[in-house]
Amino acid sequence: MENMINLTIDGVQVSVPAGSTVLDAARKANVHIPTLCYLKDVNEIGACRVCVVDVGGRALQAACVYPVSEGMVVKTNTPAVRRARRMVVELLLSIHDRKCLSCPRSNNCELQDLCRDLGIDDDNRFAGEVIAHSVDDASPCVVRDNNKCVLCRRCVAACHNQQNVGVIGAVKRGFGTSIESPWGLQLAQTGCVGCGQCIVACPVGALREKDSIRAVDRLLESGKHVFVQPAPAVRAALGEEFGLPVGTPVTGKMVAALRRLGFEKVFDTDFGADLTILEEATELVQRIQNKGVLPMITSCSPGWVKYCETYNSDFIPNLSSCKSPHEMLGAVIKSYYAEKAGIDPSQMAVVSVMPCTAKKYEARRPELSNNGLPDVDEVITTRELARMIRSAGIDFASLPDEDFDRVLGESTGGAVIFGATGGVMEAALRYAYEAITGQELKQVEFHEVRGLKGVKEAVIDLGSLKLNVAVAHGTANAQKLLDSVRSGEKHYEFIEIMCCPGGCVTGGGQPIVKSSKRAEINVSAARAKALYSEDEGKPRRKSQENEELKVLYSEYLGEIGGHRAHHLLHTTYTARDPYEQIK
Amino acid sequence: MPDSKEKFELLNQVIEELKDQPGALMPVMQRAQNIFGCVSLDVQKVIAEKLGVTLSEVYGVATFYSQFKLKPAGKYTISVCLGTACYVKGSQKVLDRLSEELNIPVGDTTDDGLFTLQATRCLGACGLAPVMTVNDEVYGCLTPDDIPDILAKYRE
Repeated sequence: MENMINLTIDGVQVSVPAGSTVLDAARKANVHIPTLCYLKDVNEIGACRVCVVDVGGRALQAACVYPVSEGMVVKTNTPAVRRARRMVVELLLSIHDRKCLSCPRSNNCELQDLCRDLGIDDDNRFAGEVIAHSVDDASPCVVRDNNKCVLCRRCVAACHNQQNVGVIGAVKRGFGTSIESPWGLQLAQTGCVGCGQCIVACPVGALREKDSIRAVDRLLESGKHVFVQPAPAVRAALGEEFGLPVGTPVTGKMVAALRRLGFEKVFDTDFGADLTILEEATELVQRIQNKGVLPMITSCSPGWVKYCETYNSDFIPNLSSCKSPHEMLGAVIKSYYAEKAGIDPSQMAVVSVMPCTAKKYEARRPELSNNGLPDVDEVITTRELARMIRSAGIDFASLPDEDFDRVLGESTGGAVIFGATGGVMEAALRYAYEAITGQELKQVEFHEVRGLKGVKEAVIDLGSLKLNVAVAHGTANAQKLLDSVRSGEKHYEFIEIMCCPGGCVTGGGQPIVKSSKRAEINVSAARAKALYSEDEGKPRRKSQENEELKVLYSEYLGEIGGHRAHHLLHTTYTARDPYEQIK
Repeated sequence: MPDSKEKFELLNQVIEELKDQPGALMPVMQRAQNIFGCVSLDVQKVIAEKLGVTLSEVYGVATFYSQFKLKPAGKYTISVCLGTACYVKGSQKVLDRLSEELNIPVGDTTDDGLFTLQATRCLGACGLAPVMTVNDEVYGCLTPDDIPDILAKYRE
């Protein structure tokens, strides 16, 4: 029996496990305590003092870190508490760039919420010295504007603890404190992997994605044939931007919206995902049969690929040589489809809609091109797509459900689940099982690789072969997994790694969920559920059953993993030094 | 003076000695500063790698505590007293003039490595206020216009 502690919060009796904080207990008692620096499981440091409460002592205490004790009497809404919270927020406002009208986080800002909830009626009460920070927009993925930073350190916790990257931190002290990279470097000059987990952790507008909407507009008015492809995870989250509950799939409306935005064809990155499975699983089988480098590690996640290149370059030979699904599809659009439709590839442009900010960097990699043309021209995030839809005046809720364009629009359930951690592994197993055993796979679901455990392991029975697999999400978890392989403690044949915790569904380009909501629901699980239910509803659930894909191979690519496929669909990697810019 | 290679060997010894104790970062940085006179980028990189912390953390600590220097101190350290007596007799203006003439903020070192400028608390020479020292030499009853001539002496 767990040791329970009894306390009273605003007159409500509540009983919580020992070790809980006052904030935990208040949530159980349905008492709302405002927070700012607190982000459940990510940042719990009591820095901002917005959550102060009266616990009967001399000083007010931060509810997010103050432990409960037996018989404690907590008051959360006395005039003194409210006054203290207001002052904390007013002091923050005194150094805050209050241009809410043009802020990307307007209407989804935790500081704005606090001002409203706490009744701030003077945003200039403590006017005084302000340090003007220059905006760091040199990275292709992330823009940092410290004029809007509230020093909550949620981004620092995400970068260090979840991602084990740690290229930002608090610099200097007191009034001069700012969150930045060491030695005055821009983010682009560091070993930043571009994952954008700092953006989705930020309560305000200090971090945002590098906007590509204007570049897409220029493509749309360039006279080129502009094709668009959305990633699997986008359809599981886009609806949230239009008020739908977390985990509502909106595939049909998303396709309709993209068509109305003026794209010539709406193809599906899921087709590219099925293509990736065929190439990647074949590569795995070949590596096993030819005693190649094992474990093979997936290469779909560009944040992970850059992390590997930068911090674990000894694992580069283990990375699958497969391009990521949207790059594969881009390459196919500009070759196979160009030929089929009779369009000069140089007059084509491909726009990818991704749950990811690192994809913006990936698309610029010179090796991801064919005949001097990039496979993908521009990448926008789910959030940017939502902005485009809003500014085009499209009423998302009333859109009909439409389907992807042929002949690169079909997909199987295996592709859909790419967006969740373990999904690529599961899809690959659905193919590898049949390829290796020669028998039909009856039970297509591999539940042992699903779920949100940091590192998942399984032994898959493929007849004569027992396949040892592992799945990690969040690069801090990935690092633990790699360390265990490097030390010889663990042996696997196949590993899936996704850069972001939860996989692409909670990527750095996805709709931002406020801290209060993240304390209530598990966003990764809810969005993943949308993908798994879509998988269940698909008539075909194995990538090898994709009919359009079969046509692509028979008409154009030839053999899986063959010469033409290799030329178009595979790539190379480069070892990188995290601080090469300041040698 | 040990040369650079010997200094890094010393640093490695210090890290080996301290790395397993909790909170090793601060004492390692203090000892590193004793060895090198500052915790420069190269020194910070070694500390970060060997202690398994990020460069961000090392740099954060180095900029949080005023005792840590990122650059080696100059040949001459100019310390201007901002104690009460000196301050009311105008030492802030002397300090501002120095900062202007040397073209560095307080706490920094000139690019030629000649001067480090810092503010100090009471030097105990209040009768001579405002006071500053250049290494061990004391200058009293200063006005901002005295500064160019004093600096010229050390530039020779």
